[in-house]
Amino acid sequence: MAKRVSLSGNEAVATAMRQIEPDVVAAYPITPSTEVPQYFSQFVNNGQVKTEFIPVESEHSAMSACIGASAAGARVMTATSSNGLAYMWEPLYIAASLRRPIVMAAVNRALSGPINIHNDHSDSMGARDSGWLQIYSENVQEAYDNFIQAVRISENADVRLPVMVCYDGFITSHGIENMVLLEEEEVKKFVGEHKDDYFLLGDTPIALGTFDGNQYYFEHKRLQAQGMINAKKVILEIAAEYEKITGRKYNFFEKYKMDDAEIAIVVIGSSAGTSKVVVDELREKGIKAGLIKIRVFRPFPAPEIAEALKNVKALAVLDKTDSFATTGGPLFKEVRSAVYGIGDNKVVKSYIYGLGGRDVTVDSIKEVYAGLQEDLTAGKYEIYNYLGVRE
Amino acid sequence: MSDKNYYSTECKWQDTTPGGIIIDTGNACEFKTGDWRTTKPIWNSEKCKNCFLCWAFCPDMSIIVENEKIKGIDYDHCKGCGLCAAQCKFDAIQLVEE
Amino acid sequence: MAVNLKELSKKADRITAGHRMCAGCGAPIVAKWVLKALKTEDKAVIANATGCMEVSTCLYPYVAWKDSYIHSAFENAGATISGVETAYNSLKKQGKVKDNYKFITFGGDGGTYDIGLQSLSATMERGHDVVYVCYDNGAYMNTGIQRSSATPFGASTTTSPQGKAVPGKQQYRKDLTSVIAAHHIPYAAQTVASKWKDLYEKSEKAIYTKGPAFINVLTPCARGWRCDTQKELQVVDLAVETCFWPLYEIIDGKYILNYKPKKKLPITEWLKPQGRFKHLFKPGNEYMIDAIQKEVDKNWEELLKKCNL
Repeated sequence: MAKRVSLSGNEAVATAMRQIEPDVVAAYPITPSTEVPQYFSQFVNNGQVKTEFIPVESEHSAMSACIGASAAGARVMTATSSNGLAYMWEPLYIAASLRRPIVMAAVNRALSGPINIHNDHSDSMGARDSGWLQIYSENVQEAYDNFIQAVRISENADVRLPVMVCYDGFITSHGIENMVLLEEEEVKKFVGEHKDDYFLLGDTPIALGTFDGNQYYFEHKRLQAQGMINAKKVILEIAAEYEKITGRKYNFFEKYKMDDAEIAIVVIGSSAGTSKVVVDELREKGIKAGLIKIRVFRPFPAPEIAEALKNVKALAVLDKTDSFATTGGPLFKEVRSAVYGIGDNKVVKSYIYGLGGRDVTVDSIKEVYAGLQEDLTAGKYEIYNYLGVRE
Repeated sequence: MSDKNYYSTECKWQDTTPGGIIIDTGNACEFKTGDWRTTKPIWNSEKCKNCFLCWAFCPDMSIIVENEKIKGIDYDHCKGCGLCAAQCKFDAIQLVEE
Repeated sequence: MAVNLKELSKKADRITAGHRMCAGCGAPIVAKWVLKALKTEDKAVIANATGCMEVSTCLYPYVAWKDSYIHSAFENAGATISGVETAYNSLKKQGKVKDNYKFITFGGDGGTYDIGLQSLSATMERGHDVVYVCYDNGAYMNTGIQRSSATPFGASTTTSPQGKAVPGKQQYRKDLTSVIAAHHIPYAAQTVASKWKDLYEKSEKAIYTKGPAFINVLTPCARGWRCDTQKELQVVDLAVETCFWPLYEIIDGKYILNYKPKKKLPITEWLKPQGRFKHLFKPGNEYMIDAIQKEVDKNWEELLKKCNL
């Protein structure tokens, strides 16, 4: 039976980990994800789980040990943030290329420098081309639910790719929210047994991590890309299964009051919650405002986004990171590319916001919607904008 | 996966192995390195005392051994490094031009 | 099993011919003898840091290792094998794996002394039941003979070349064996590729001692050392006879010297056959050879003291 509790994001994810009971967890502490391996090592040392915990000496080694353990046939998990994710950049790509179904909690925190421990999306956005699936969570419930579903998605035979479940540092990781837990048996039943056809400790010995000449590398990568392509279907299938046992619906993104929306924002993470408040207020005034909250960023659901934004006349895409490309943020680029050629002359603009944990207020979101309305009347607009920086 | 189609440089991406995994371990012996040679060791069975030092130090596992006796040299793989000849105290291995 | 070559020849090699290492490379000799020490009924997982051995033994679609093998990156062989060994512990306890496995990692001096040091150190400290074998040929050979912290003082490498102003590497090499022994692991040893019996016996001890073990093997690279391939194993023996590379073990913290040369040869005997030291014999560079001799003597005396000799 579902259990109503009040937990922080880190505690909820650590609980999910406990209920899943992977074979190996290798993790290194970094704010604000530290509590995940902390809670988990307490579970291990209390004998609540039989998981083997490796207290590695760095994040690079955390991911390397995860790759080794996964290749050996174990179900493997880890957690990190910010510079920890940056430090594991090299084995991150390797984990995806070697088709390791690892699940990682990526607790979003700004990348240095200057050093900042607060939330933004520069860390996971920096890893968007690593070949990992990226699933973002708005709140504690979503972080817990996404983490459980991630196990099934990553281990699916048509996918076999690692998944990072992202949630906002401090805001979601440390903020205590009401949520619903599944029973441990329900979780174990949902994730099932871990199976590998070929693994280092299997009956057939294998070699993994070859040197590829230029006659072979490209085909291996194309096969890897297919895993990401296949993931779209699998994500929806797993979500449908999950809905059956929880009643909670998950998709590539959440559409909030989008049916007849003329102006909309596209946003990731906890700021979606703040923005929904603004949408409600505007709707009360009769303004046809809507919001799309991205859940799955990798693989990017381009045709589905384009369909959802079909009738929107002006949209602002909010990025909690800067690409320093001088042309807008990464989510903006994906969305704009998705809607290209679909619908005439939409206003599509980029806002870089919330960097380094800069507070995102209802007023600033109101500004964005007001700006969209102005752009429609003015007929021209700035594509690359900043929100909330003192200028 | 193990129909060896994946060996081919014509192998399409749909048929190749995920992550480049190889499940036929030890298959390197199918790759012949013998054509690397510029010098070739010739083994003289009469002079050979079966001390096994050539076998011990061959970096290419190319000294053929059977029933605790040296049998000859695997020319499919021997790279002609000459370590065997250098080890032999009985003049049983001579290096000649390939 | 008797330690004689005829008996050992009955054991199948666990590394095959057909690998792409240079003709006369010392590294496959090391791999062959380390794996020879495995009991036939024991399975193994081999981990490898990026380097000559790795690119040459696992070049898609061929692999020269008969046992399971994993390579992930250059600096993380220690961490990678830690993950494998931990998974083994977990899966064995769950009854999902029935066979007995041993875990052996190979890394060159590049992937061990330098970029891989942190990962190796942590693996030793965490007490994983693995063996780490460093095939030390004294430079980053795979990328073209660049200096490592294992490169001997005075050697000419491509990043410490002998030039008009600076005659080769100006730093003394690191004593990694002692550094790793200081992690209080149950077994650490120094050996050479040219003495099969020493290498074999130490490998057997390392593999079958419970806990982390480390073996440092002086391995010849005729390319990087610029010496005659056929004479390379004799050159390695000179490293032992000049006390440049002593053979010893550290068992539960106790230093044991395995071989004391009856007559300690001058270091020039080790330097002379190698092209990478040729410039040291030019007039004006005598001070370099003197410095090398002094360092070798100092280290040898310190080792004798540690061994209570």
